[in-house]
This record gives sequence, structure tokens and C-alpha cells, in this order.
Amino acid sequence: MGFEGIGASMRRKEDHRFLAGRGQYTDDMNRPGQTHAVIARSDRPHARIRGIDATVARAAPGVVAVYTGADLQADNIGGVPCGWQIHSKDGSPMKEPPHPVLAIDRVRHVGDPVAFVIAETRQQARNAAEKLIIDYEDLPAVAHLKDAVAPGASLVHDEAPGNICYDWHIGDKAIVDNAFVGAAHVVKLDLTNNRLVPNALETRCAIGECDPSSGDYTLWTTSQNPHVIRLLMGAFVLHIPENKLRVVAPDVGGGFGSKIFHYAEEALVTWAAGKLKRPVKWTSDRSEAFLSDAHGRDHVSAAEMAVDAQGKFLALRVSTLASMGAYLSTFAPAVPTYLSATLLAGVYTTPVIYAEVKAVFTNTVPVDAYRGAGRPEATYLLERLVDVIAQQTGIDRVELRRRNFIQPDQFPYQTPVALNYDSGNHQATLAAAMKAADWDGFEARRAASLRKGKLRGIGMSTYVEACGIAPSKLVGQLGARAGLYEVANIRVHPTGSVTVFTGTHSHGQGHETTFAQLVNDQLGVPFDQIDIVHGDTAKIPFGMGTYGSRSLAVGGSAMVKAMDKVIAKGKKIAAHLMEASVEDIEFKDGHFSVAGTDKKKALAEVSLAAYVPHNYPIEELEPGLDETAFYDPKNFTFPAGCHICEVEIDPDTGVVQVVNMVASDDVGRVINPMIVEGQVQGGLAQGIGQALMENAVYDADGQLVTGSFMDYQMPRAHDFPTMHTSNEVTLCTHNPLGAKGAGETGAIGSPPSVINAVVDALRDYGVRHLDMPASPQKVWALIQAHQPRMAAE
Amino acid sequence: MYDFTYTKPGSLPDAVKALGAMDSKALAGGQTFIPVLKQRLNKPSSIVDLAALGLSGITASADGIRIGAMTTHHMIATNADIAARIPGLLYMAQHIGDTQVRQRGTMGGSLANNDPSACYPAAVLALGATIHTNSRTIHADDYFKGMFTTALEADELITAIAFPIPEKSAYTKFRNPASRYAMVGVFVARGPAGVRVAITGAGQDGVFRHTAMEQALAANWSPDALRGIVTPSVGLNGDIHASPEYRAHLIGVMARRAVEAA
Repeated sequence: MGFEGIGASMRRKEDHRFLAGRGQYTDDMNRPGQTHAVIARSDRPHARIRGIDATVARAAPGVVAVYTGADLQADNIGGVPCGWQIHSKDGSPMKEPPHPVLAIDRVRHVGDPVAFVIAETRQQARNAAEKLIIDYEDLPAVAHLKDAVAPGASLVHDEAPGNICYDWHIGDKAIVDNAFVGAAHVVKLDLTNNRLVPNALETRCAIGECDPSSGDYTLWTTSQNPHVIRLLMGAFVLHIPENKLRVVAPDVGGGFGSKIFHYAEEALVTWAAGKLKRPVKWTSDRSEAFLSDAHGRDHVSAAEMAVDAQGKFLALRVSTLASMGAYLSTFAPAVPTYLSATLLAGVYTTPVIYAEVKAVFTNTVPVDAYRGAGRPEATYLLERLVDVIAQQTGIDRVELRRRNFIQPDQFPYQTPVALNYDSGNHQATLAAAMKAADWDGFEARRAASLRKGKLRGIGMSTYVEACGIAPSKLVGQLGARAGLYEVANIRVHPTGSVTVFTGTHSHGQGHETTFAQLVNDQLGVPFDQIDIVHGDTAKIPFGMGTYGSRSLAVGGSAMVKAMDKVIAKGKKIAAHLMEASVEDIEFKDGHFSVAGTDKKKALAEVSLAAYVPHNYPIEELEPGLDETAFYDPKNFTFPAGCHICEVEIDPDTGVVQVVNMVASDDVGRVINPMIVEGQVQGGLAQGIGQALMENAVYDADGQLVTGSFMDYQMPRAHDFPTMHTSNEVTLCTHNPLGAKGAGETGAIGSPPSVINAVVDALRDYGVRHLDMPASPQKVWALIQAHQPRMAAE
Repeated sequence: MYDFTYTKPGSLPDAVKALGAMDSKALAGGQTFIPVLKQRLNKPSSIVDLAALGLSGITASADGIRIGAMTTHHMIATNADIAARIPGLLYMAQHIGDTQVRQRGTMGGSLANNDPSACYPAAVLALGATIHTNSRTIHADDYFKGMFTTALEADELITAIAFPIPEKSAYTKFRNPASRYAMVGVFVARGPAGVRVAITGAGQDGVFRHTAMEQALAANWSPDALRGIVTPSVGLNGDIHASPEYRAHLIGVMARRAVEAA
């Protein structure tokens, strides 16, 4: 048995199960007597429903039931709730129109659920759904942000004039405006953060079941946070108390945020199972996923930086339109505001910042958190702007960044946009990334490419993000309708093996491995005698789930806290067993010892005494060794780093090839370097995907043009070079592990590095900016439109 | 997919007979057809599987190479005779879809479907191949009749495709970034059928010959001969990935690269 603790690249415990096809995903499960449901969805972007005739559908072979919005209304079923309330500049709460589980009288996006058809087989349900006659009266639709806010635009919700959900701001506009006056340079940039479809490998699935004798409900669902689903669905939608509702999220094949949210389908299967007293299963197909999983990004921003003659940033002013889609999804209002605008200081000492965000309803699929959630948007804006400032002022882009960096001795650092960074070393990650990327040798590589007729560019992004979400009191003040602590239950069994019950959820992150290493480190229990249990509200005390790179920083900290309780109790038991004073008991490497003696007891001996308490301080201490802790973080955590991308462009076709990708990140303490590398690589793939490939395109009328992989370009393995990742560590100062989080850095930091590289490759063409994705057609058109400043060799 | 009856006849006459029934469709490799069925975009009452007709195989002779209609892309991509004598066709087969598609997809299926983004139509037209069916032979020049349209009758089945041997052949493809189908594919050949340049993926009516390029190459077989030839964008497809103008431009780039590779 080698080293299995913090810092070991242990192979992932879960991988054998996944690779051998033995995972238990929701769709792998089938319940006795199960029925199958299909959802009839709107094919109209915006329409009034004049009527639904389900007569023929109900009579179709195998049909068990057909439900519409009216049936849910009759049962007093609530709407899909939103978990975060933002207030506008004027203090008024955001517009929060009803989000019915099934459309009542209007549909507001293609994919909006209209009817729920349940049959003995899925095929029968599909056949019957096609026999529904839905009488629509088409209404004008708005799909694009600028159309939605144009005067006289059609309203998605009558309750939201101008389609504005909220008009929020942060910072003091007058102070910022004043800082622009007389600045040596004012650099402006308009940019779009392209809309993305998450596309987890496993599509969503939900099975509802109701035990008719007890009235207990169970929902199996593809979720990143089963307790949150139980809370939201039980309390706001179906009115089922927690003790009667169990939510299980078994193996889940990727989420990237899209499986955080409470979706209508979860409520539908659960409610219908109660009506029918039979299990009801719904599985999304890929086409349906494009139209029903919450999308990501979709911001349009105007940014301006005031800069002094030496290149110091004086003030930043940003105005953003953010699409909410047709309804407010669970976290949507927080994404462009508290998860994005608060990051606009980035790694720089910009003293004053003002940002305003208008959230806008459009006739599109709801938009919500997607890997990075707001921080990629802020990072893209800022890191593109910095490169444009360098271009405009003539200051070298690396030097410009260095001049404006928050210096290592300035931490903790209070930004002008609310966040307080606890630690970091931006010089260190910059230096490491530049070395790994051979930044200084680039011009020679560029010249070599040019000799082959290719344009080579290099770009960087120096980013910081805020994750490990989040202090409950703070987020409550900011509008969150839930706390964001985490929960761990450490159960030391009689013979010393350990089961950890965690409120976080693993859907690809490798928690079963990382957390076992953490327990091994703290309790000295062998790695293979530690099991991690997640994803079941019947087993785990409580939890807020996995998103915002919070599992280790918050969930792991809860485990440490619970293990501290285990050790504290163990010391009392050990003191009794060894007839010593508790104060003299030390715990190290899995053993309790009496200081200054050779007397010691293994954890397994102590746990056995705890469960077989024959020789035990039974008067003072309860039997058992099983401790639970709730951990509420004191602050966000702030991973940071430098990403460098190098590209080669074929000027004849406009094709951009990423030829090198370097990420030097500071994610705080690393438990399993191999897993962190995998997380970063996956994030980089998504970041490069956003920058070069992925784009959810709606036509102006609200039809999703990229509704399948025929038109939505998913990155492929061969699109990527070998990625070089490394870590520079500064510890988080406010959690017991010093961990910051590694789940999203890749997707946050990389997109601007790619576009900066593309713009750099086109430097002879005088290109200032291009919006993502840098598709071949777009790059070719730019090359056509810009004459080279100097003749090509 | 919708319900249908499935038959797998053992002889060509039986297959043709089965295809005579109302709403019946032939199933070759299924790499286009099955996804279409799964999306419920087609509702045949019966499906006739052609897998048991013995139509698979590659035969080389002095005057050409004959490829059975049910021969998979993989078989073509790994055939030594094709490698030696029609390298452009070999390259094409190697670069269709992915490994799974190449193991199942067939040349006959692709040609019968005549997807405007399919690769094989460009090779067939540029090489001047002959399509053999259960009832006749059709020259390539008479076979392609527009997008998803061919000279085939409803109950007519391709049995084989006969290729003459060119002196030079090459195919270059600019893939649709999302679907990986040909957004512009150019097959250049010089041989018994003359100098030919066939373009797939770009035209609204499917594959077409680029006569201006053919004349230029007939006079001077070199990439430089193609410089200055402007391909009109009229009649070319436009979508979110490529405007007609971009496709027109790519035709020039891909053609030069094909000549260079040939």
C-alpha cells in the first residue's frame, strides 16, 4: 500500500464501473409497473394556445393518461420556482413571471412543454403525442437580445415591459464617469458572449414513483443536487413535505451546470406517478435536450476602460444585456450579476468599476449557469479588453498586465466590486505559463509558419474567478433563496472502515476518489476501506450539491470538520482505554497515542470499543463513532492563473488550428493531481469549444437553427493539441484544506486566450476584434475584408 | 421510429419484388436512413434489407475496378487495388464519416441517396464511372439528377459501380465544421473520361462538373492553371457555416490542393 493521501494521483475508483458499463444511470433503472412518458413540446417560438384536443391521443393504443396544464392547475400544482431574486437599480424586485410546469395559455419558446403523454411503452407515448391537436395562434417572437429590447418589441411576458427582467448595477456611476474625464486613453470594446448548449453526454432522465400505501414519493433524476430538487419541487411545485419525498441522483453522466436546475419534467413524473399509482419514466433524447436543457452564456456587452499614460487602469465601465430565455431558470438571475459583474476587477488593481446589467426575456430556451457561470463572461470581456488596450496604447500586452496586477503582498485584496480576494500570485502563474509556452520563442515560430503560408498567433489570459460558493449569509443578502453550506456525515464502522455521506454530487468529477484520499489523509484509513455515498436524500443528512467548483472547498471542508469531531470523540475513548488524560492523547497516522509514551490504539480499536462499549466511558459518552458537520464557507475561493493559446490559421480557408494550449493555474491545495489535470483539460476543451466552434444560433423568429449536431459544432478530440497544465499553489486562507476549486478554471480562463491568439495571428490585417466562435467562414471573411498592412511574403 | 415490416430477401429478383410494394424502402448500410427513421422523418411501411444479396466486393480487371453496391467504405478504404490504381477514391473512402460509419456505410447506398453533401458522387462523376443496376447500366453523366434525385426508378437497385482507371486522381474535402459532411469536396481526375473536376457539397443541385477548371487543367495540369478562375456563387448552397461566396472560394482552394495531391 503506497501513499494514498493528499497529493497522490490515485486512479479513479469509479472508472472501472463506468468503463465496464456497470454504472447505474437513471435511464438504466426500470421500476416494476413502470409507464413511459413523452412530452409534447411547442414547435412555435411564441403562440397563444386556443385549445388542445387530446381525444384521439387518449384513445391511442397503450395510452395511460394525457395531461395538460389545466390538469395541473386543477391539482393546484405550482410553477417552476426561481432560486435567486435580483433587485433593480430602483430597488424594485426583478420581474418574475409564472413558469408553469405545462403551458397554460401561451407557449414562449420552441420546446416549451405543452402536454404530458403517458403510455405502456415509449413508442406508444410518442405515437400518441403526435395525435394531439394543439390549436395555436402565432404571436410575434423575439429571439435576439437587441431585438427584445428594441422599442415596440413583442413581449414575452406581459408582466415584463420592454422584456426587462431587471436593470441592475454595481459600483458608483458618478465616480467612475468622473475617472474617465481626462484619462490619457479611453479604450472601448463591444463584444458578444455566444450562446452555448451544454450537451452533457448523458441526456436528462427522470423516474417518479409513489408508494400507494405510505404515500411516499421517490424521484430518480439526473441531478447535480438532489436535496435542492427535493426542496424546490416539494415546497414550491408539488407541495410534498420532505419526509414524504426522496430524491435520488445516481450515476450522472456530466452536468456542466445544466443538471443543477429544477426542471418541469421532474415535477411531471413525480406528480403523475401519484395520480396513476404507477412509476412514470421520461428520458430526453438529444434533439429534445437541445430544446429543453438550460442553455449558457448569451451576453452582449459594451466595455470601456480609462487608462493613464503609463498604462495603469483607472476605471472600467460595462453595460451588459443578458438573455434569460423565456422563463427564469433556477440560478439564472445571479449569473450575469453576482457571478459575473463582481469579477470585473479580474487580477488587476482597477480602482473604480461600474457595471450595469439588463436581464432580458427572449423567446428562447431558458439560459442559466453553464461551466463557469458568469465568470467566463467577465473574464472574456476583461481579457479581450486588455489586449485591445495593449493594441491601442502600444504597450506590450504582457507588460500591461504586469503593471496592473494585484501584487502578492496586496492580499487580502478588496476589489471595488464587492469581492475580497484572500490569496494569489499572478506573477507566478504568468511566469510559469510563459515558460511552458515558450512565449519568448514565439516570433521564430511565427516566421516559420509564415514560410509555409500560415498565420501564427499567440494569446494569453490572466484570470481570477470566484467559486467555492458560498457564504450563506452573504448570498442571502444578494438574493439567494437558499443557503450554500455543505454537509458531511463521517461514519466510522465498528472495524474501522469508513463511509462518507456527502451532500455534494459527483457527475464526472471523481469524488469517490478525491474524498477517499482526503479521509485517508485525515484518519489514516486505507483508501480501499473508504466509500463515498452521494446523491440520495434518504441516505445523506442534507446538502446543496455540486456546482461552482464547490465540492472540495466547501464539501471537503465539511468532511474535515466532521472528521475533527470523530477524532475529538476518539480521543476521549482512547483516553479511557489507555487510562490517560484526554489532553495527553494525540492522533496521527490512524493511531491514538499517549504523548511521551509508546502506548497507542488504532482507530479500528477505538471504533470497535465505540460500537461494543463494554470497556467504555458510557456515563459521559454516547456509543458509536458517527459524526455530521455542516460547513458554511467564510468567503468565496479565488482560483486564478494564466492560460496561453497558440494558433495557426490557414489564410486560404480561415481554419484556425490550436497548436498549443498551456494552463498554469492556482487552484489552491491539490488532492489528486491527475484528477485536477483532467478537470482542467475538460474545461479547456469547453473553453476552446466556445471560442472556435460552439454556437447556439436562433433565427430572428425564434427557431433554433443549431438544433442538432448536424449544425451545432461539438468539439472533437482531434480538435485539440496536447494540453500542458501545471499548478502554482497559494493556499485558500479561510478553509481548512486551503483548496480553491478546479472544476471551472479551464472554461473560464481559456476563451479569451484563444481569441487573443486569433487576433494576434491576424495582426498584419489590422483586425481589432472578432466575436466567438472564430469559425472558418468568419475568419476567412475578416481576412478578405482587411487588406494586409504589409505585403505578404 | 415508426413501425414497419422488415424483410431481408436472398436474391435480387426477390428484393426488387419486395420494393415494388407501397411505401417500401431499401436499406443498405443505413448510416443516413436509420437516423432519418429515428427522427421520424420518413415513414415507410416496409424496409427491404439488401445485406443478403451478395452485392459486396471489389473486383479489379485490366480495364477497371468494379465495386459491389453493398461494399462498405472501410473495404474500399483498405483495398490494395484501389490504393494502387485510384488513390483519390481510396482517400475519399478513408475520410467519410468515422470508423463506425465506414464499417457500415456503403457506396451503393450513398449513390442511391445522392445527398448533396455526400462524397462518392464526386468520384463517380469525375472518374466517369458506370452505375450497374438490376435492369441496365447508367453512365455517371446521366445518373445524378439533382439533390436527393437520381436516374434510378423506384424499384431499381444499384448492383455495382464500375470505375475506369485514371492516370491521376485526387479528392480534397472541406468538412462542414459541425456535421463533418463535405461542405466543399473536389475530385479531380485525368484519364479515359478526360480531365474532369467534380464538385460536391457546394451546389444546390448536388454534384456538378466545373467546366472552366476542366478546360484549364486540360491545357495545363497544374495548380497554377486554376489561379484566376472565379467560381460563380450563384447556385451554391448557403447556410450558417458557409455562404455561397465562401463555398465558391473554397472550391478554388480545394481544387488547387487536389491537383497538387494528384
